[in-house]
Amino acid sequence: MTNKEIEDDNEAWDLVLEPKTSWYSLGLSQIIRFKDLLFLFVRRDFVSVYKQTILGPMWFFLQPIITSLTYAIIFGFLANISTEGMPPFLFYMCGITLWNYFSDTLTKTADTFTANASVFGKVYFPRMIVPLSIVLSNLVKLGIQFLLFMIVWLYYFATTSIIHPTIYILLVPVLILIMGFLGLGFGIIITSMTTKYRDLKFLITFGVQLLMYASPIVFPLSLVSVKYPQYKWILLANPVTGIIETFKKAFLGVGEFEWSYLGYSISFTIVILFLGLIVFNKVEKSFMDTV
Amino acid sequence: MSKVVLKAINISKQYRLGQLGTGTISHDLNRWWHMARGKEDPYLQVGEANDRSSKGSSDYVWSLKDINFEVKQGEILGIIGKNGAGKSTLLKILSQVTTATTGKVKIRGRIAALLEVGTGFHPELTGRENIFLNGAILGMTKQEITKKFDEIVNFSGVERYIDTPVKRYSSGMMVRLGFAVAAHLEPEILVVDEVLAVGDAEFQKKCLGKMKDVAGEGRTVLFVSHNIQAISNLCNTGLLLNKGQIEIKGNIEDCIKKYMMVSRPENFKTIGLEDRLKRGTGDIIFEELKAIRNGKESWEFNYDEEVTFKIKVTATKDTNSLGFYLAVRDPFSEEVISNFKIVITEKLVSKDETISFAVSLPKKTLRPGQYGLYFTLSNSEYKIFYDVLDNNVNIPMLNINPISMDVHENSGFVTIPFNLKID
Repeated sequence: MTNKEIEDDNEAWDLVLEPKTSWYSLGLSQIIRFKDLLFLFVRRDFVSVYKQTILGPMWFFLQPIITSLTYAIIFGFLANISTEGMPPFLFYMCGITLWNYFSDTLTKTADTFTANASVFGKVYFPRMIVPLSIVLSNLVKLGIQFLLFMIVWLYYFATTSIIHPTIYILLVPVLILIMGFLGLGFGIIITSMTTKYRDLKFLITFGVQLLMYASPIVFPLSLVSVKYPQYKWILLANPVTGIIETFKKAFLGVGEFEWSYLGYSISFTIVILFLGLIVFNKVEKSFMDTV
Repeated sequence: MSKVVLKAINISKQYRLGQLGTGTISHDLNRWWHMARGKEDPYLQVGEANDRSSKGSSDYVWSLKDINFEVKQGEILGIIGKNGAGKSTLLKILSQVTTATTGKVKIRGRIAALLEVGTGFHPELTGRENIFLNGAILGMTKQEITKKFDEIVNFSGVERYIDTPVKRYSSGMMVRLGFAVAAHLEPEILVVDEVLAVGDAEFQKKCLGKMKDVAGEGRTVLFVSHNIQAISNLCNTGLLLNKGQIEIKGNIEDCIKKYMMVSRPENFKTIGLEDRLKRGTGDIIFEELKAIRNGKESWEFNYDEEVTFKIKVTATKDTNSLGFYLAVRDPFSEEVISNFKIVITEKLVSKDETISFAVSLPKKTLRPGQYGLYFTLSNSEYKIFYDVLDNNVNIPMLNINPISMDVHENSGFVTIPFNLKID
């Protein structure tokens, strides 16, 4: 090489494509560069879902209402499961609102690579944009459903005297944040693992269903503590439990709130998210070869 | 000396053949076990050069092996090679869709790849919404798109439909809109795949024109195509890949000449059969096909020479009759000249029978230039097609060379003697 060429080579390169990157480089700067795409994806998800429907965004309201009603009839009225003295409709809606955010985020992010393979195969942008956009668009959806929950809650709060919100209401933003990250963490782990072997995919739909019954959504945690204390560990091992119970304690004043439960949920989320980012980061570079 | 904007250092890419399933997990575990102990990947040492037609012994192939090259600013590099030579793999690595197995690529400036037009179009969204979405996917910011929005719409020519969901668009409109967005990307390095293969002739010309403009602005273009005419028009340097390795790098004319030689199949019996059987029944298939000049195979002719093709076909079944059709195509795959029904035989062609024949184009018919060729076998009524050969089997381009200064290119494709009568 001549001096000129060496000089030329030493001048900074803007981008170096290598087979391996260190596991901790998450490419945050890339995500920031593509932030417009992130918001366009959120918008796309939101706008496209209810196009060509008559009720349009009204469906966001109808879903939780109908589910809560069904649960109120089946679990409350028919099975007569305790709602800790709360109106069944409100009790179920309380759990479902937050649970839906988690399960929607999880199932959709778990499909990131397979559902977007055609786009990912043609153009590069930070792959993380897609799961992040899912978290955000579900957050918007949660916002709408939360609004509905607040209306129902206010109605009962005004007409009855059994609802006693607690100071833990201040924790609600934190709860929402953990719930989203937990779903994201699980989702990106699953999508990373299913690019090559699709087995996990079969597990996910009914896995999420099972997880719901291992969370205090359709029954209170206290019911398990009293009736089946020997199985309580299952619920406590589930990181969702602490979040849901805190949420119920905050708005309804019922439920078993323990800082240790919530602390467990938070630590669990951090670990899962961290693991997820590492696996995702490793897989995203060459998943096109195996998908 | 203009500076190097892209440098590929020793890039190799290994692919695993066959299906992924229960069997592959043992390899994965073995690999993981080696890596975990800090050893080298045991499967990187196996693998062979990529050759589709010969059956290899290993499940691993090197789709690219030790590729080194540099691209300077303002260079328009044409990447050519047979199907399976590694062109697309190279593109995928350069466009960051996947990574190389080993080696690295260094880049200066923004790089954008155009492997497809209209990537990420959502059918339910309107043209307007999709322009923003597609632009952002390709790496533009919202601000940039807003600034160029009117230009994009103008270029696409679908102004009237801009607020209609794109699922209502014709496929042509979709492609136009997609290309319009892509054409307004402004990266320092643009990587373009054979997107020009879609769309009508007019659109292809527009695309080529746009790419010339891009190059004129001092930006760098990497262009992959089978369209030799387009490549030789557009590119100043070339890279010829063969079986995952660089055959030549340098002058585009040298690359094209060499490409013609490596890509010429000897025996057509098995080549591209999958595509051929989709388009024809395969009852009678081409076995040999050569252009002959002065008794020797050559795909280059002078304007004043007769162009002769020697053809040998084989029947795989008893077949009633045999007809033949030959068309010469321009660079945009439009037929410029063809024969009108040649019936070779109206009699039964029995299984395994071979028929050889020669077809000639009269001299001074095709103007100087490069042409694609299209051959079909059919029954004598042209109702049932047996076999089709065109760029699906890499038939070389037909080169007609000028013989003197007064026979120019670019003045149509065909000459015929007109009848002149002076009153």
